[in-house]
Amino acid sequence: MANDNERPIPGASVGEQFQDNARMSMRNVNIFYGEKQAIFDVSLDIGQNQVMAMIGPSGCGKSTFLRSLNRMNDTIEGCRVEGQIAMDGQNLYDEKLDVVELRARVGMVFQKPNPFPKSIYDNVAYGPKIHGLAESRVDLDEMVESSLRKASLWNEVKDRLHQPGTGLSGGQQQRLCIARAIAVNPEVILMDEPCSALDPIATAKIEELIEELSENFTIAIVTHSMQQAARVSHRTAYFHLGRLIEVNPTEQVFTMPEHELTEGYITGRFG
Amino acid sequence: MQASNLLFIIIALAVFGYFSGYGRSLRVAKPLGSISKLHSLPSYYAMQTAIWVALPALLLMAVWLLAADSITHAYIMRGFEQVTATSDYNLTLNRIINVASGALPGAGQSAEIVAAAEQLQQIGATQQWALTVLVLTLCSAGGLWSWQRIKADFRARAAVEGMLQKFLLMSASLAILTTLGIVLSVLFESIRFFSTVPITEFVFGTSWSPQTAIRVDQIGSSGSFGAVPLFTGTLLISAIAMVVAVPVGLMSAIYLAEYASPKFRRSAKPLLEILAGVPTVVYGFFAALTVAPLIRDLGSSFGLDVAAESALAAGSVMGIMIIPFISSLADDVITAVPQSMRDGSLAMGATQSETIRNVVIPAALPGIVGGILLAASRAIGETMIVVMAAGMAANLTANPLDAVTTVTVQIVTLLTGDQEFDSAKTLAAFALGLMLFIVTLGLNFLALRIVKKYREQYD
Ligand SMILES: Nc1ncnc2c1ncn2[C@@H]1O[C@H](COP(=O)(O)OP(=O)(O)O)[C@@H](O)[C@H]1O
Ligand SMILES: [Mg+2]
Repeated sequence: MANDNERPIPGASVGEQFQDNARMSMRNVNIFYGEKQAIFDVSLDIGQNQVMAMIGPSGCGKSTFLRSLNRMNDTIEGCRVEGQIAMDGQNLYDEKLDVVELRARVGMVFQKPNPFPKSIYDNVAYGPKIHGLAESRVDLDEMVESSLRKASLWNEVKDRLHQPGTGLSGGQQQRLCIARAIAVNPEVILMDEPCSALDPIATAKIEELIEELSENFTIAIVTHSMQQAARVSHRTAYFHLGRLIEVNPTEQVFTMPEHELTEGYITGRFG
Repeated sequence: MQASNLLFIIIALAVFGYFSGYGRSLRVAKPLGSISKLHSLPSYYAMQTAIWVALPALLLMAVWLLAADSITHAYIMRGFEQVTATSDYNLTLNRIINVASGALPGAGQSAEIVAAAEQLQQIGATQQWALTVLVLTLCSAGGLWSWQRIKADFRARAAVEGMLQKFLLMSASLAILTTLGIVLSVLFESIRFFSTVPITEFVFGTSWSPQTAIRVDQIGSSGSFGAVPLFTGTLLISAIAMVVAVPVGLMSAIYLAEYASPKFRRSAKPLLEILAGVPTVVYGFFAALTVAPLIRDLGSSFGLDVAAESALAAGSVMGIMIIPFISSLADDVITAVPQSMRDGSLAMGATQSETIRNVVIPAALPGIVGGILLAASRAIGETMIVVMAAGMAANLTANPLDAVTTVTVQIVTLLTGDQEFDSAKTLAAFALGLMLFIVTLGLNFLALRIVKKYREQYD
């Protein structure tokens, strides 16, 4: 629980923002696109091996916030982040921090599956290669196989590892992207609406996968589907107009939301 | 009436037809309440009237202009049966035509020719009258017919669409037929050439000196037509050009697409494209007057023997010329690679240059290869720079410091000046053209195959 002098006073978020076993902790984060502010004073912890769901009406800043967690906002011109985002006590926006290393520790899966125009094997081997993780070809083969297994894709693709990744179905492509992300053995995986381009069956597979992955990884997932948040996550954060309104254990958010805005959203009064 | 005047009249009538068709469709619509009761918009009725005014008349005129002269000439010449040789026949015919048009005084000519010329004049005048009358009749007939067809339920839109489609088809076939015609004429002239010079000598011969005696009584060499030095010269210069253009063009494209600020890109790209608009003759004298001496001086300071006009000078300037082709095309395809590819790679912790090397360039490769091949065909077909900077000497060499010559340059030199059209020297130009055509065709074919294979692999 937050103590009183840490909690931001105006427009404060309600619920259990802070965690004892925090893997990533954000304090008073403001994000701007040029003059326009997209995120207002968000403070939040993501605990070890937790699945944190972020929900909210579109345009409320979920993607913006998520992207700030591995500094993908750096690639957007005019985007500026204020406040503190720390991982294991180290500020991500510290000048001395190496972005390359950070992104190896905090992987990302995007809304639309975006496998590289390379073979399935090369897609998964991409990260280990650029980070020099594999000592030998055998090593690399092993990494590719174990990543594909962890992403529940191995059985479907083991006979065609050298065919293009773009030839897979949408759901398989997304699992390939997950395999690609976990191949560098990150600590945190960020997912921005990973199922919004997939059909229900593929979605179910990914959700199952997220559950398995949470044993080894910390996951932050943005989703527009409340059922999905309810199914896969341990905690749920509700964003509204760039502010974090409420964050609580998922069950509580969907059964007894603390804030009326959250209640309005989950009962479908707006969104 | 002259054909050009007639053309104006047809156009004027078509415009008139358009407006009267428009008016009639409005009048047809009036009792029905609104133009929405018509099957088509009034402009379609108007358009179809205009087309029926102009099209038949234009077609008639085209056929007439193409066919009438040769028919008349054959008719006139039937009195000159004793003239059989092609050249004499043409000579006599020209004389008659010139006398008829007043370009030659009739006084010094034989009576037969003067009589034929008079006849030609008469026929010409009658023909013009006949054409005028026919065209005007056709215009009014077509116009009236389609005008009276304007009814509420007449499907003018479909009719106009149909005609438009046929017109487009005609344009497309015209382009194809023209190309075919050019290829065939080059082919036939080449076959004539190969009847005097064996094809094996042409394709495998290593000595090129096409100086044949112009007249039979002249003393001179019989010429040798081995095209190998020309092709190696072309290859050498194109290769030098590509060595200059591909890296520079590609890297400038990468900079523009991936690193430059939008503002810089906006101003730099048009600037590069201006480079593509510089006339090649300007590059030519830049190569001949600036670059060639520079290279020679540079070479001699290293103790190298550089020809005054070297392949290196021509090739490097040609390379500069085709940089914009490569950079502009490559820039387009690189920008077209979806941002999600870059995001995916950056999110893996790849640096920007790793992302470009490993993801962006491979994804853009088919387009880049396309740009490079386009540039290569430009280089192979380029003439002006080589004429001015690489010399005319058909040396068989791979040394970029020597003077070489190219296929296109030789075609130019073979065909400039007074030439007899059926000498081996002139016909050699066609054979060279044919070879060049075959080579570029093969290159394009190969390129398409490569690109397609690559696409199949990754799409
Ligand atoms: N690249 C950008 N430049 C400027 N404004 C942006 C950019 N990306 C997002 N925004 C703005 O930031 C706000 C939050 O967007 P986003 O994080 O994408 O919302 P969400 O993912 O919750 O739908 C929106 O108002 C959006 O218009
Ligand atoms: Mg979003």
